[in-house]
Amino acid sequence: MLERYLTAASTYAHSIDHLFILIGALVGFWLVAAETMMFTLIFKFRAKDGRPTQYITGEEKHLKRWITIPHALVLVCDVVIIVGAITVWYNIKQDMPAADETVRVIAQQWAWSFQQAGPDGVMDTADDIRAVGELHVKINTTYHFELMSRDVVHSFAIPAFRLKQDALPGRTITGWFRPNRLGTYDIQCTQMCGLGHGLMAGRIIVETPKDHAAWLLRNASPAQSGQKDLPASAPEGTITMAEARR
Amino acid sequence: MSTQVQHAEPGFFHKYLWSTDHKMIAMQYMFTGMAMALIGGFFAYVFRMQQGFPNQNVPGFGLVTPGKYNAVVTMHGSIMIFWVAMPILIAAFGNFLIPLMIGCDDMAFPRINRLSYQIFLLSALVLLSSFLVKGGPFGGAWTAYPPLSASGAYNLTPAGAVLWLIAVALEFVAFLMGGINFTVTTMNSRAPGMKMYDIPLVVWMIVLASIIFMCSAGPLIAGAVMLLFDQTMSTGFYDPTRGGDPLLWQHLFWFFGHPEVYVVLLPAMGIVAEVVAVFARKKVFGYKTVLYTTWAVGFLSFVVWAHHQFVAGIDPRMANIFSITTLMISVPITEMVFLYIATLYGGSITLDTPMLWALGFIAEFLIGGVTGIFLGSSGTDIYLHDTYFVIAHFHYTFVPIAIISVFAGITFWYPKMFGRMLNETLGKIHFWGTVIPFNVIFIPLFITGTAGDQRRVYSYAQFAEQSRPALQHLRTTSTIALLFMLSFQLVFLFNFFWSLRNGKTAGPNPWRSSTLEWTVPSPPPHGNFAELPTVYRGPYEYGLPGAAQDFAPQNLPDSALAEGMKA
Repeated sequence: MLERYLTAASTYAHSIDHLFILIGALVGFWLVAAETMMFTLIFKFRAKDGRPTQYITGEEKHLKRWITIPHALVLVCDVVIIVGAITVWYNIKQDMPAADETVRVIAQQWAWSFQQAGPDGVMDTADDIRAVGELHVKINTTYHFELMSRDVVHSFAIPAFRLKQDALPGRTITGWFRPNRLGTYDIQCTQMCGLGHGLMAGRIIVETPKDHAAWLLRNASPAQSGQKDLPASAPEGTITMAEARR
Repeated sequence: MSTQVQHAEPGFFHKYLWSTDHKMIAMQYMFTGMAMALIGGFFAYVFRMQQGFPNQNVPGFGLVTPGKYNAVVTMHGSIMIFWVAMPILIAAFGNFLIPLMIGCDDMAFPRINRLSYQIFLLSALVLLSSFLVKGGPFGGAWTAYPPLSASGAYNLTPAGAVLWLIAVALEFVAFLMGGINFTVTTMNSRAPGMKMYDIPLVVWMIVLASIIFMCSAGPLIAGAVMLLFDQTMSTGFYDPTRGGDPLLWQHLFWFFGHPEVYVVLLPAMGIVAEVVAVFARKKVFGYKTVLYTTWAVGFLSFVVWAHHQFVAGIDPRMANIFSITTLMISVPITEMVFLYIATLYGGSITLDTPMLWALGFIAEFLIGGVTGIFLGSSGTDIYLHDTYFVIAHFHYTFVPIAIISVFAGITFWYPKMFGRMLNETLGKIHFWGTVIPFNVIFIPLFITGTAGDQRRVYSYAQFAEQSRPALQHLRTTSTIALLFMLSFQLVFLFNFFWSLRNGKTAGPNPWRSSTLEWTVPSPPPHGNFAELPTVYRGPYEYGLPGAAQDFAPQNLPDSALAEGMKA
């Protein structure tokens, strides 16, 4: 159902979507049941001449059943939802599959920068690729991200991946994703981070291993001047502090 | 302090501005809250116009720049919760109703009561003054997460952020005083014969809300002091480079922030209980059960706060615990709503304006309640957190609370407050003109949120997924509906002020209600009761077998019941 509104492009997107549908079905049933009951009662017991109101305290056993039985059923539905919610949560946020690749995601007012290993496959070496606003990843590859912030609280969200994690200054938060659909997707900041919050955009590009390898080679060598595929400064739509103050 | 008063009219000052009469203080709170609601509503208009018609001049405001957008969003949230919902629901209704409904002449501490309003007014003025300082008002969201809120270098509103914080702290001081008053008055000043289970639900709920508020406000006030020190004295409580922790604020804030939801919900539920009982001519179904569920809600509301922080960087294992408690709080709330619906069974229902609002509350609040389940479930919250789905969800709770139930209360007690009836036709036009647009505003936002619109984003132009035309149509629809909803409030304002002079004279008990406030003249005189009443029964004895009329006033002795009282 969620896919009708937004592409699902990571392995866990579907489990979140399924949980959404499960909850929607259960609470939808109760919503319709309660509203129907309410409007039926309003209609059935509208004031009529010669029909006095009934004296009911709510202690009568045969009437209390109408509350206690639905109430117990609501509790059962809650338990089902809790089990579903915790399962999905555990699989996404607690249980980290082994990483094929690692990227470092650095948030700051008001841009995303990314660091990943160059062709040597090792992070923090001379051929690391650093980019602003654009993150290139391989399809069907499990990525760990190390999320940090240079200033205030930001939130790293890739709606198409159903991924969201706040970035906190002073901490490195690790999470994972595994893209399974080619394409370019939005990265949004979802935690109010100041003037440029609404403009703090990024893009994630999911490519085939071949394209990715080519991109790596084009951008990795530190000897070449100017990494031509990468935006020279902040990408379009990102505003700098100086511009923002104007 | 008296310099704020310019009116020279003799007596006016002591009657209207320096009064210790609980009814006058209630009016002060109500009119201040209504004025703030107009300001908060105007801000909603400003940022919805930017959403619906991006980057165009907003009539009456001008171009909405990112900084101004953040400021109006922040101020809308802060004002509507702290300066509209709380003063009207708790302070105005609490002050007006508690002494009248429990049968006493005034609050236990009338002068603390007066001070409470004065500090509240000061807090509102401090907040509004932030529009005049350099850098403008605070724009870091009503949650004010540090380090953004702690440093002028980050938020670019150094003065606005400090003023916002001082205003919130002062507002808390005002409500702590009010809360003490409500609790003490209800516990000590009840009419003879009024036992704990004879107290009308709305009084119970306002007292419980005050207790919840007083228990939850402490940590946030401590947090606010630390934040103020960070802002003004360069301490580092929330600065990780100096050993502080930004998450500390989030815990302190939400430890207050979530109970706060129930602080405003409970008085609203109380108002709805009173209105439903009167217009269904029914005893509230399971009065005691309603109270027990209220206590359960009050208790559980203290152990759910971290569901606002699932993805905030807390230990992910914590999310499981808070997911369970959050879903558990739906159990007593559901029970309460079921009991309200059950109250309709066997009744004799008339749909006067107050009843329309009360039933509207139940119908709309149900939607707000069930959509909360999506967010309390940690799994789906990963995706929905901080999207427009959250906004639509909590407006489906807060609009019923702070708008719909307030209108139920105002239309219901207006005859008691001012001695005149509101116009029914205008009341019904206002009801439908508010409730229909309300749904048209927020149903589209559920969809845009589900489609990935994140909150507090000034423009979606840089997001390919979010700038699809279909989503823009939804945003525009929502904005147009808001324009309708806001313009229908003029009907209410007209009705309110026109009826003050021209409404039908109400008499003491126009709704044939059984609680004590309807036994005194409308409006009640100073001191309320000519002779303090004695209470013989619970608050909702409608259709009592053997009684001469279909309601049994609380102060009518059993011996007089069969003959009935003068209508």
